[in-house]
Amino acid sequence: MCLGIPGRIVEISDAANKLALVDIGGVKRPVNSACIVDAEHPVERCLGDWVLVHVGFAMSRIDEEQAARTLEALTELGEVQAELAAMRGSGGG
Amino acid sequence: MRYVDEFRDPEKAKTLFREIEALAQRIETKDGKPLQVMEVCGGHTHSIFRYGLEAMLPETIELVHGPGCPVCVLPMGRVDDCLALAERPEVIFTTFGDAMRVPGSRKSLMQAKAEGADVRMVYSPLDALALARDNPEREVVFFALGFETTMPSTALTVLQAEAEGIANFSLFCNHITIIPTIKAILDSPDLRVDGFLGPGHVSMVIGNRPYDFVARDYRRPLVIAGFEPLDILHALWMLLKQFAEGRCEIENQYDRIVDGDGNRQALEAVAKVFELREFFEWRGLGSIDHSGLRMREAYARFDAERRFPVPQVKIADPESCQCGEVLKGVIKPWQCKVFGTACTPETPVGALMVSSEGSCAAYYQYGGGKNGRAGVEAAE
Repeated sequence: MCLGIPGRIVEISDAANKLALVDIGGVKRPVNSACIVDAEHPVERCLGDWVLVHVGFAMSRIDEEQAARTLEALTELGEVQAELAAMRGSGGG
Repeated sequence: MRYVDEFRDPEKAKTLFREIEALAQRIETKDGKPLQVMEVCGGHTHSIFRYGLEAMLPETIELVHGPGCPVCVLPMGRVDDCLALAERPEVIFTTFGDAMRVPGSRKSLMQAKAEGADVRMVYSPLDALALARDNPEREVVFFALGFETTMPSTALTVLQAEAEGIANFSLFCNHITIIPTIKAILDSPDLRVDGFLGPGHVSMVIGNRPYDFVARDYRRPLVIAGFEPLDILHALWMLLKQFAEGRCEIENQYDRIVDGDGNRQALEAVAKVFELREFFEWRGLGSIDHSGLRMREAYARFDAERRFPVPQVKIADPESCQCGEVLKGVIKPWQCKVFGTACTPETPVGALMVSSEGSCAAYYQYGGGKNGRAGVEAAE
């Protein structure tokens, strides 16, 4: 919940609502990108960005090497498995 | 227990351990007691235990595992309020999985779900909003908790609900804020902590300027740290360097993610939707002024506390539980009377045994620290 997880924006699904599809460890999920876009970096330019995702929100732009390193560290901590399981199971009874 | 060779960059880790050792020898502490460093963030606590960092540090450095796990510090009364909401027939109660096992005075959300309440674990508040969209005849309540790291996500979800005109979605707001919490810890008379490792992802949102008072008014240095073991060691080294050189400053080790001003868009959304409560009750720490958030009047229709009757009964922590003293570093987890006996991860009595980021649960699981293993065995 607090550590977040890196992913890559693979599709801008709803530019008006700043929603993007992010590939997180092979799972594609909708992510709100409001916190990483501004006049200088509008949502249309986010395609391909690596981002740190916290509970479905992109909170910080990172570079590819950082993303790989963070993913490795999170795997060690058992957080990647937990986050992916939470994403897959989300909202079900 | 881990070994330095298992670190991502063992050479760097070895160098850091060596330099920490050398610095520790130069630092004189009060009354010859170890230097106490508190990490405020539960993510740091988790990492410290996972990698057994504490046992690899010199004897003269003691880590105190602070209140940074938002699930752990949730008071029983608030869990009872969740249950009251979740047991309403029209409600789908949605929560992060972490909160499912937190005990209320009668039961946990997990038990309520087993007894038939419609409680659903979600990964994101956006998924709770989607449930509201898909179930217009039901009332979807999202259990909003966490420090500044998760606040923007719930604020933006409310703004999204408003934009779409979704009327059957509300938040049960239990967000807590870091600065008054650190201040309350600093104000407690039995505090011994000499310096802090600051939280990385909270600081990603709020920036590093809000911590200035820690160095200025309380003369304690603070270094914001990432959660990887090398980040934590690096930040600890920066902190010790301050002690050795007689400096007292706010420094930022996690500058690849954190900058001075924080995240403007996130802070704007939070300020729009939430305001400070006069006080908020914590498990283990009691009531802390201005430490919790509630929803602003303008968003009253998305506020579960206004829309549904919520008991709001204050329930005191069990008397046997010494979480407050553990949180402030006055005693170590294994020195608590109920640690490992009445209070275990399966049947937690106190807050710190609840989640894997709580220091008692971490000691219990990993037996970390200098006396941790012996402590667990003694308690058993």
